[in-house]
Amino acid sequence: MQCKKLKERVSLLVVVLLLCSSTKAENKINATTDTGGGGGAPPSGYKIVTFNWQHVMNPYIISVWIMVASIAKMVFHMSSKLTTIIPESALLIFLGLLLGGVVWAADHVASYTMKPTLFFFYLLPQIVLDAGYFMPNRLFFGNLGAILTYAVIGTVWNAAAVGLSLYGVYLTGLMGDLNVDGMLDFLLFGSLLAAVDPVAVIAVFEEVHVNDVLFIIVFGESLLNDGVTVVLYNVFDSFIAIGGVNVTGVDCVKGVVSFFVVALGGTLIGIIFAFLLSYISRFTKRVQIIEPGFVFIISYLAYLTAEMLSLSSILAITFTGVCCQKYVRANLSEGSATTVRYMMKLLASGSETIIFMMLGISAVDVSIWEWNTAFILLTLLFIAVYRVIGVVTLTWILNRYRVVPLGFIDQVVMSYGGLRGAVAYGLVALLDENRVKEKKLFFSTTVIVIYFTVVLQGCTTKSLVTWLKVKRSEHRDPLISEKLHGRAFDHILSAIEDISGQIGHHYIRDKWENFDKKYISKLLMRKSALKSKDQILDVFHNLNIKDAITYIAEGERRGSLAFIKTPSALQLVNVNFNSNKQSEDEAPTSSVLREDASAICLDMQAVELRRKSLRDCEDVYTHHLLQQYLYKPKKQQKYNYSRHEVTSNEDDAQEKEIFEKTMKRRLASFKSTKHGVSQSKKLAKHYKKDPSQKKRSDEMLSNGGQLVFHDPEFSDPEDPCEFDVISNGGSNFISNVARQALADTCNGIDNLVFIPEEETVTRQALPPWATNNDTVALSQRAQVQMPWSPNNFRRLMPLRLSSRSTDSFLLADIPVPEEHPLSFLPEGTAL
Amino acid sequence: MGCNASTLAKIHNVDELILETGFSSSHICHLYNRFHSLDKDDKGLLNRGDFQNISELAVNPLGDRIINNFFPDGVDLIDFNSFARTLARFRPVEESLKKEPDSPEPINSRANKLKFAFQLYDQDKDGKISNNELLQVLRLMLGVQVTEEQLDNITDRTIQEADLDGDNAISFEEFKKVRAKLSGHFLASSCLTSDWDLGWGYGVASL
Repeated sequence: MQCKKLKERVSLLVVVLLLCSSTKAENKINATTDTGGGGGAPPSGYKIVTFNWQHVMNPYIISVWIMVASIAKMVFHMSSKLTTIIPESALLIFLGLLLGGVVWAADHVASYTMKPTLFFFYLLPQIVLDAGYFMPNRLFFGNLGAILTYAVIGTVWNAAAVGLSLYGVYLTGLMGDLNVDGMLDFLLFGSLLAAVDPVAVIAVFEEVHVNDVLFIIVFGESLLNDGVTVVLYNVFDSFIAIGGVNVTGVDCVKGVVSFFVVALGGTLIGIIFAFLLSYISRFTKRVQIIEPGFVFIISYLAYLTAEMLSLSSILAITFTGVCCQKYVRANLSEGSATTVRYMMKLLASGSETIIFMMLGISAVDVSIWEWNTAFILLTLLFIAVYRVIGVVTLTWILNRYRVVPLGFIDQVVMSYGGLRGAVAYGLVALLDENRVKEKKLFFSTTVIVIYFTVVLQGCTTKSLVTWLKVKRSEHRDPLISEKLHGRAFDHILSAIEDISGQIGHHYIRDKWENFDKKYISKLLMRKSALKSKDQILDVFHNLNIKDAITYIAEGERRGSLAFIKTPSALQLVNVNFNSNKQSEDEAPTSSVLREDASAICLDMQAVELRRKSLRDCEDVYTHHLLQQYLYKPKKQQKYNYSRHEVTSNEDDAQEKEIFEKTMKRRLASFKSTKHGVSQSKKLAKHYKKDPSQKKRSDEMLSNGGQLVFHDPEFSDPEDPCEFDVISNGGSNFISNVARQALADTCNGIDNLVFIPEEETVTRQALPPWATNNDTVALSQRAQVQMPWSPNNFRRLMPLRLSSRSTDSFLLADIPVPEEHPLSFLPEGTAL
Repeated sequence: MGCNASTLAKIHNVDELILETGFSSSHICHLYNRFHSLDKDDKGLLNRGDFQNISELAVNPLGDRIINNFFPDGVDLIDFNSFARTLARFRPVEESLKKEPDSPEPINSRANKLKFAFQLYDQDKDGKISNNELLQVLRLMLGVQVTEEQLDNITDRTIQEADLDGDNAISFEEFKKVRAKLSGHFLASSCLTSDWDLGWGYGVASL
């Protein structure tokens, strides 16, 4: 199997290589024939087919490169082992080196190198936009202090320390004779190497799963410090242009000022364009086809505008993404939102692939290399050492203010994660050789540094993390109790966290959220998006579709849909767990599932156990069941930023499900104490008003009839706000729900596209306790049956939140014959 | 965040509380602020509704059970001190301070954490997790896709695995043993490592 795969890979690679070399050769041949024959001989009559290589050359070559890169990526991912050992970025660099070598061997000219313009204008923006658009905002702003500290102070420190140290060593004469003007050259070099690169960092950290806070700090730092580096770079570059001796104190002050102007200006541009984008997206309802285009084009304009004004374009496009996400997601239709998501991932992932491959290819060019062992080694050493010093010092300072200090492991990972990448490459390629005489040396060193950090550190980061956290990945005993109690305890911990947590930032965040709700959302969101009630059905609809899909997928995975009818463990003996397992691995489920390596491993053990006996087999089944249906603790599912995968909404479905259960339970306990009966009556009344549901409601009324009418307090059918009355009437749980829904944007739904962060919860939150069919049914069935059995669980009941604005519901509600409740639920309930 | 002496002064018996719970004074301060932000009508006490307002708990399958654990029998309101005391059970154990044999058991001991979990199951407080009690918890924790039959099956198995004396129920001793035998690492990994430390004021994260 493995062997076959390998063969496949090799043959593919050969094809790819042949393809590029042949293109290359053709290129040459045609170039010569064209120049040779094109000018002299007049065309001999009409040609039916002509060969116009020159005509299509550039776009053709670009397309071929992109295809090569994509195929390479595909090949890498054929073996999951390969990419777990060596990060994809490193593999792509190797591939680039290889291809560069082929090209070089073919005609001894490095024809394809990454030009800085190509990189900065066409490759970088979409990567940064992707990062901004999918940024877990709450986490980001919650840690903004730390991120800024590392990004600004840390970067300045790195630049200064590396530059000055190199200068110091240069003065001792250890590097031999360099053709430099003085300190400024070294500072310039230091500044272009100072920034941790977002592309490299995301590429590596995505595969190494660290905790959220750590990830957002490293990630946020790498995004923001690019702005800082570019400013530093520009400042030093212009100082060199002025000439080292002519730099006055005033210039230095100007440099510092420009630093803030550039950074803040870039941010401001980003915010302005985000506003514009959100506002425009409010009115695109009738041109849904081009809706997604606005997102990209306006963000790109933000980037270019900032570039034009010589402000930080990276910051601009980052903040466009960060600020617009909420409103854009609310405004766009579901289809457009999905398009945006996939398009964004496609662009980002594609340009990342190309960048790394180009980094490899560009290095194969003898003319740009200049070797200076001392300089290169010292640079590597200084970069590593100062990164560690910077991180440790800043963390020490930050930890004095942080309630949650960053631990030792975090610091190690942060220091070690200081990868340099394409931004440094782009900047060094931008250097003007007339001003900076040692450009070649700087270039070579930068390339070496990039290779060293991406390849070596990238490959070892994962093992380092696992090694440091070795305790965590202990072998687990596959017993049911353990799994169960373990999960229970996880839930307890996460609850305790929620109870004790969220202490800080409340005031400011509350203020902001109020302001946002009052003014900004009103301005930037479509009216329909604001009216959450209108979308409740949408949300339910989506959930139902999702349920249906999982339902079918589940059936197919188990071989047949028969399992639905025969849920008993014994019947499942024949199910092939191996194929099951495989499909689980391959299906692009949520990254959460993948991350939970220990759980999957547990399942594997279960698979092995299977053959032993029937009893074991049942165990396996139970494990599988638990594995699949035990709710995951919240902590595991938060914020999974992934460049390559569009996160699924599974978590939200889970949250919603639990929420429904909780609310129903609260409702039930509330009813059993005081007002329950009257409530079911109310709900029944709403049914009665609804013509499409008339039959059913009548039935309910008659069922519940004898219980209903002995609470005169609530018998007025025109009572404008029944639920409020109820909530005033003794329990505050309903107002709780409402407040709850408004108060907090739930974790983990950031990636949920068709819903804006905040409104999501409102919409998701309100329906459950209003799914009145169940609550009505409860009072009747409760004595006979356990209330929360799946049989009672139904979705997409017509909802009534208050007696106001019912019409939209009634209209939107799909009339359904009453013997087929709108339930897509997977279990055998209906059967 | 207004974490200062004046805040501490407002807390009843603060020294005693610090001693008992082992929280640092800044932790106490944060918890106190948290307590007050939960306490919507400034009554100085929390009721169940206040807890139910935490929206994260509504999506926690065991949320309501956990809330109930904060309230001792027959009590509907708790003050800050008992709030802190309950939370203190989950304070990470300092690994360096290995327990001296004669010192009283600390509030955040392993046994106390387990006790909290045990109470979650043991609703009738008879010191045993009966089949039915376990079934109820399972129902909370498993998705709606699992049928009753499957639930029963899992419940039986879980009890059989843990039940040593054959009474078809899990006593606290048995519960402890299961946890100890199966997952010595569990409490170590979930409660004691930095992951759980992180839990303290997760949202406070930075400056």
